[in-house]
Amino acid sequence: MIDIKNLVKQFGPFTAVDNISFTVARGEVLGFLGPNGAGKSTTMKMLCGFLNPTSGSISVCGHDVEAEPLAARRAIGYLPEGAPTYADMTARGFLDFVADVRELAGKDREWRLDKVIDQVNIKDVLDQPIDTLSKGYKRRVGLAQAILHDPPVLVLDEPTDGLDPNQKHEVRGLIQAMSRDKAIIISTHILEEVEAVCSRAIIIARGRILAEGRPEGAAGWRIGEVLAGPGKLDAAFRQITQARAA
Amino acid sequence: MKSMLAVLRRELSGYFSTPVAYVFIVVFLFTAGIFTFYLGQFFERGQADLKAFFLFHPWLYLFFLPAIAMRLWAEERKSGTIELLLTLPIPLWAAVLGKFLAAWAFTGIALALTFPLWLTVNWLGNPDNGVILAGYIGSLLMAGGYLAIGSCLSAVTKNQVIAFVVGVLVCFIFTVSGAPMVLGFFQGWAPPLIVDTIASFSFLSHFNAITEGVIDLRDLVFFLSLIAVWLYANAVVVDFKKAG
Repeated sequence: MIDIKNLVKQFGPFTAVDNISFTVARGEVLGFLGPNGAGKSTTMKMLCGFLNPTSGSISVCGHDVEAEPLAARRAIGYLPEGAPTYADMTARGFLDFVADVRELAGKDREWRLDKVIDQVNIKDVLDQPIDTLSKGYKRRVGLAQAILHDPPVLVLDEPTDGLDPNQKHEVRGLIQAMSRDKAIIISTHILEEVEAVCSRAIIIARGRILAEGRPEGAAGWRIGEVLAGPGKLDAAFRQITQARAA
Repeated sequence: MKSMLAVLRRELSGYFSTPVAYVFIVVFLFTAGIFTFYLGQFFERGQADLKAFFLFHPWLYLFFLPAIAMRLWAEERKSGTIELLLTLPIPLWAAVLGKFLAAWAFTGIALALTFPLWLTVNWLGNPDNGVILAGYIGSLLMAGGYLAIGSCLSAVTKNQVIAFVVGVLVCFIFTVSGAPMVLGFFQGWAPPLIVDTIASFSFLSHFNAITEGVIDLRDLVFFLSLIAVWLYANAVVVDFKKAG
């Protein structure tokens, strides 16, 4: 569903993303890991069409992001870093705006709105201006916007950042529930999240892919050559990112 | 088209979601009134027309409209919502046009609220309402020009203050380029073709022509093509920023 080939992004002399290739298939949840400044957000921004790649290609559901930007964007639900939302609008007004832009209409629109409002649990704050909401609610409104049109591809940049443990648990449950028929990429710093929801992980640093990992049943995760027991993922993460950086 | 209307609606309601819009309209009407009655000597002229009112519009707009336009893109960049806007399936032209039309509609509302002046002249005498209508149309067209400039410059920066200041400056250049003082400066040495070209870019000369009551095709084309050019530049700036 997502096919990224030889993706490069340069900002002047600085190479933020350096020749990254990977694919994500339907039913997969790919965890995108890496230290700050590794190029995770930049990659996601290019995937969603906010930045143009310097070179390389990105295809989403068969649509090239640069050649068919609108078709690609229709297939994507994107939660940008920090979950930006229009602060002066109410949560309901904001979701109505997104529904308008996504051209949802009639019964389907009502049904989708009701469903996501229920899924992210924001019924109580629908008529409050977004800038009066707590961080957790803001994040959930942002998430609601991303999944409103039931997209086949979901790109979530740090979806649980700023949520309390209960909310994190809920959001992870939501991601897992949606994962069956979608291709999902999430970026995160929280390694337990990877163990909780991801079916695959990529570690990147300095714009390059350092290692790929998969869960191996009860044994934990195998990342590159490293086998990390359950709950030991952060040790493996440090070992990989620091060894290569040194 | 649908997405453009969605953007337009969102922007327009954005103006009214804070008290700023109401404060703005009140100050605009108040200032327009002062200009008309004191500087324009509305009563002393003893004529039933709105010349005294329209005369000051370019100077009013010079400061008011960059303030309306400055938030259009700068605010989105500052708050990060631009990432949302540009990753939704909205064609770039629809986003640019929707925002511009929202600002234009807001200005239109403020302008329409000056109707008591129109009632006043009709009560006091028998003005030529065709001329007044032409004045309003000309004023709205000119407002579109200022807003298109402001919108484009708003896309250049994420700082609204910078957007405002640069907007005023560029609008000022477009306003005064037809003033005798500016033309006199060029007339001494520049060939007439250049002087005429500079003069033809002035909002003042085109607007004054319309307020005389004649909507000449050339003036219409001037304002509409000016709006189109600045909005195109606006889209180019937004697109350029995607390259990083």
